[in-house]
Amino acid sequence: MSRYIMVIDTRRCVGCMDCVVACKTENNVPEGYNRDWITETVRGKFPTTSLEIRTERCNHCANPPCVSCCPTGASHIHERGGVVLVNHDECIGCKACLAACPYDARFIHPDGYADKCTFCIHRVEKGQDPACVSVCPTRCMHFGDADDPASEVSRLLASRPAHTLLPEAGTKPRIYYLS
Amino acid sequence: MTEYTLYRHNPGIDPSMHVWGWEIPVYLFLGGLVAGLMIIAGVRLLIMRPNARQALVCCTVGPLAGLALLSLGMLALFLDLSHKVHVWRLYLTFEPTSPMSWGSWILLLVYPALLANALAHLPEAIPSLSRRFPVLVRISDFMLARPRIIVGTGLANIVLGLALGIYTGVLLGALGARPLWNSAVLGPLFLFSGLSTAAALLHGILVLTTRGEELPEFADFLLSMVARWSQAGPLDKRIAPTLAQADNSFLTIELALLGLLLIGHLTSTAVHQEAAGLLLHGPYAAVFWVCVIGLGILLPLLLQHLELLHRIRHTIAPSVLVLCGGLVLRFVIVAAGQASHWSSVLP
Repeated sequence: MSRYIMVIDTRRCVGCMDCVVACKTENNVPEGYNRDWITETVRGKFPTTSLEIRTERCNHCANPPCVSCCPTGASHIHERGGVVLVNHDECIGCKACLAACPYDARFIHPDGYADKCTFCIHRVEKGQDPACVSVCPTRCMHFGDADDPASEVSRLLASRPAHTLLPEAGTKPRIYYLS
Repeated sequence: MTEYTLYRHNPGIDPSMHVWGWEIPVYLFLGGLVAGLMIIAGVRLLIMRPNARQALVCCTVGPLAGLALLSLGMLALFLDLSHKVHVWRLYLTFEPTSPMSWGSWILLLVYPALLANALAHLPEAIPSLSRRFPVLVRISDFMLARPRIIVGTGLANIVLGLALGIYTGVLLGALGARPLWNSAVLGPLFLFSGLSTAAALLHGILVLTTRGEELPEFADFLLSMVARWSQAGPLDKRIAPTLAQADNSFLTIELALLGLLLIGHLTSTAVHQEAAGLLLHGPYAAVFWVCVIGLGILLPLLLQHLELLHRIRHTIAPSVLVLCGGLVLRFVIVAAGQASHWSSVLP
């Protein structure tokens, strides 16, 4: 049983948005919409300020509220790696999953169905990294199986402190940010 | 100081979520109203002798209006869907963790229960229709001759009405990502709001059909047309004070539940306190205090209290206020709920 996660080194990310462009190109994301995006958080008081740049997307939560609220089962957890996916043909566009996601990671595709990051499962099944990971010029993004102790993501998590987004929401997100 | 910049602008999501427009509040309002009509009709059927003549306004007019209103509500719900051609997928599965899935199946059961309630006394309510379709008289006679069927219909209406009324609140309450909705009080709140709007609607219908009442020309014309077509006798006016009294009880409970909802949020986490602030002193405060609390609950409470004391005559004013207040409550809760968010305290 695999458990796919993403580990992102916020010290390396420069917010170049290559990951955003790669995702839009790879997944044919319509103009004006984003499956992944960049955030910048500045903390402190000058001159002791700190800046954290993050690349964000669906957190593929282990306890996904978007899946439990879906009335048709269109939102589901894929058997491979626990990736959260949407079956477009089963989605009725009720938008409950959009309201249920604390990360606002979903949107309604112009064709009517709920859409979001898939961890590029079509690439992963071929043994490739997600598009965003594969193009990152600073190599700040890492993708792999958390259940494999020898994987790069497991070793990174063991070596440095990491945090997830909104752990208090109880969704058990699977994207970790090394700080 | 924390400064947060987000490089994303997904339609309906950014800068603040607004995925549900007018359709969902209207659906929640009509669903609650129909739930109230079902409970009132069911209780009325059960507390009266099963085969006795019922108060037609509760047991026939209410369920008939309920059928029409529920259809309108479902139309609003359908209009909200962005992938409309796939709506039939709702009925290919049952997802026990999804309140919307529960609701879609409950709605399927609500129609026959409402119809059975309306059919029991339909020939008395609309004689012209029963003359044209004699089968309606046979159905009514069959039901009235069997008290068990009447009791079963009453119970089904009460149980399904409770389920429908609570579901409209749980639908939002289950979405933990929106702190304002994240409360178990929302289910009972929408249930009692639905009951108050249902009692107000029935009370308003009784007041409107009272002879001698000065009506606007157009309303008078419409009512006389309906009366002429249906050849219905006058509705039982004696139930009007009971409905006004019931409405005041429901409004009082609704006010208490609103208080509990806000107290629950104000004594919870920072995001919940912020969410309550949207209603108490934020951008939705004016509408909440004036239209929901003032005009939608307190003023009709006062007016109906004076009516019951015979200080003023029964008018449709409290009914209109309660119905508008119930609708605005849904609009405010849906809009403010979407505006409430966890990200205000992002690390």
